[in-house]
Amino acid sequence: MEKTWNNKAWFLVLPVLVLVAFSAVIPLMTVVNYSVQDTFGNNVFFWAGTEWFEELLASDRFWEAMVRNLIFSFIILAIEVPLGIFIALNMPKKGWGVPVCLVLMALPLLIPWNVVGTIWQVFGRNDIGLLGYYVNAFGVDYNYVQDPIDAWVTVIIMDVWHWTSLVVLLCYAGLVSIPDAFYQAAKIDGASRWAVFRYIQLPKMQRVLLIAVLLRFMDSFMIYTEPFVVTGGGPGNSTTFLSIDLVKMALGQFDLGPAAAMSLVYFLIILLLSWVFYTVMTNYDAER
Amino acid sequence: MARIDVNHIRHSYLPNPKKDSDFALKEVHHTFEDGGAYALLGPSGCGKTTLLNIISGLLHPSHGQLLFNGRNVTNLSTQERNIAQVFQFPVIYDTMTVYDNLAFPLRNRRVPEADVDRKVRETLDMIDLASMANRKARRLTADQKQKISLGRGLVRSDVNAILFDEPLTVIDPHMKWVLRSQLKQLHRRFGYTMVYVTHDQTEALTFADRVVVMYDGEIVQIGTPAELFERPRHTFVGYFIGSPGMNVLPVALEGRTAMLGSQRIELPGAPKAEAGPVELGIRPEYVRLGREGMAVSVSKVEDVGRHKVVRANLEGKEIAAVIGEDDEVPTEPRVRFDPAGINIYADSWRVEMGA
Repeated sequence: MEKTWNNKAWFLVLPVLVLVAFSAVIPLMTVVNYSVQDTFGNNVFFWAGTEWFEELLASDRFWEAMVRNLIFSFIILAIEVPLGIFIALNMPKKGWGVPVCLVLMALPLLIPWNVVGTIWQVFGRNDIGLLGYYVNAFGVDYNYVQDPIDAWVTVIIMDVWHWTSLVVLLCYAGLVSIPDAFYQAAKIDGASRWAVFRYIQLPKMQRVLLIAVLLRFMDSFMIYTEPFVVTGGGPGNSTTFLSIDLVKMALGQFDLGPAAAMSLVYFLIILLLSWVFYTVMTNYDAER
Repeated sequence: MARIDVNHIRHSYLPNPKKDSDFALKEVHHTFEDGGAYALLGPSGCGKTTLLNIISGLLHPSHGQLLFNGRNVTNLSTQERNIAQVFQFPVIYDTMTVYDNLAFPLRNRRVPEADVDRKVRETLDMIDLASMANRKARRLTADQKQKISLGRGLVRSDVNAILFDEPLTVIDPHMKWVLRSQLKQLHRRFGYTMVYVTHDQTEALTFADRVVVMYDGEIVQIGTPAELFERPRHTFVGYFIGSPGMNVLPVALEGRTAMLGSQRIELPGAPKAEAGPVELGIRPEYVRLGREGMAVSVSKVEDVGRHKVVRANLEGKEIAAVIGEDDEVPTEPRVRFDPAGINIYADSWRVEMGA
């Protein structure tokens, strides 16, 4: 049968193309423009070539922020994923407990980032903060403003508090999709609790876990608001992650060229990692 | 293998059952003989899966006892009962190979690896999957997956019984035949006690030596396929088994004669008098369509392949008759009931006929 070809359909895609152009492509090109030039304002530009990129890749400041960021992402993943699975496994599967748990879990996700930051900023203060005051009252020397370790602990606990729910909800969705027959068959096969987890629940959660890891990694790699509100990147530079550093450079110091170069490198890193995750996930699907 | 006694078992899913209608299983008292192949047949919601899950231990009955070879197992866990069960949807462990799937129940019971290997290889041969031992189980077709589910039961040589909960629902029709005959073969070779739940009469009748028909939480009849067909104990069995089901017509009795409106039907014997509304049941296969007998008006003829089903109106009642593929419907059709196929029901239960 002859197939009807009608290229007019492409016009239907046009609105999206225009939208993406204005929201992403044009701003991105502006950044590219800045990254290869130097400017002192007044729309006066001097060609700089790859100078900013070379400077960036040679700077300790960039690599330190990057390492801090990777360590941060790794730590929160190492906490949030097992903890999320554990909570999801222990959530009720039916009855009145289900909506209660789901709402409780969803609450942290509904709070705006900067509010989360403010909550923990106040919560951790050792003069008026509930947490900070009592921890000190029990004799633990805790001060996130001055001690880098305390600052890290605060930022990590805050992220765990804020985002573990996402992992929980994703895992829970994976768990409730497992038919009862699987558990019944496992009973008949004499499987232990661990075997049920290892061979039934974990495989069924694998897909949602991949998504959870991807989302949490991307988010934590781009984290800005919460640590900025709590520690402002300090004490010193100890909690200065990539995006905080970027904002300091672009807005604090108004170094538009280096900041643009850093944005692009940052963007490429995230693009690369997304691609890796995407490939892993699609390969996994193809294997099924 | 074991003889399974279901001793006055009642079950309700409600916490405080009072009325009869609160019970999903009203009262079942029956013995599954050692090595028998049984089918539990009935419509959805009649309690057959409940009964099966009580036998396997996934459910604890509200009342009554369950005995395996005379030993009370009512309070034992599923694992301790040593039962195999195959579910409606194939249950396989996605991440494991076919081999590991079969080894799983043995390894869970800490069987030495050498024995595991021997048993698994035996079972793979039994279910015809030896060539796929090292394939990932999740890539198999539905019927192969269902064979793995079955294999996980067979691999334990000491299972007391193998229970099937509508295992062929998701299998393609042509594979159903193959799997069912393989099941029959396994049963003949190894003499497992098998209980097979289904709502498909063909499946029940071809699989089982004895069919247990359930209706509304009760067993209404237990018998061989032939008994269920010829002598349904309850009008429900008449409707439910056979295609089309039995014709059930309200009649009045006069000794050896049944009065259907103005028509007189000779009975093979005099039914023992019973209370309740009296009905005459006759399977379409025993309704003879021809030029003599009671006048009917034919409303529809359905050609179902090997035979035709004639839908007709007799004294204001719908009846069905089966005629041969090449038979014609006469211009002035009349029907006769073959006395061999006549059953009389009082209050829906069959009554015996005297001489």
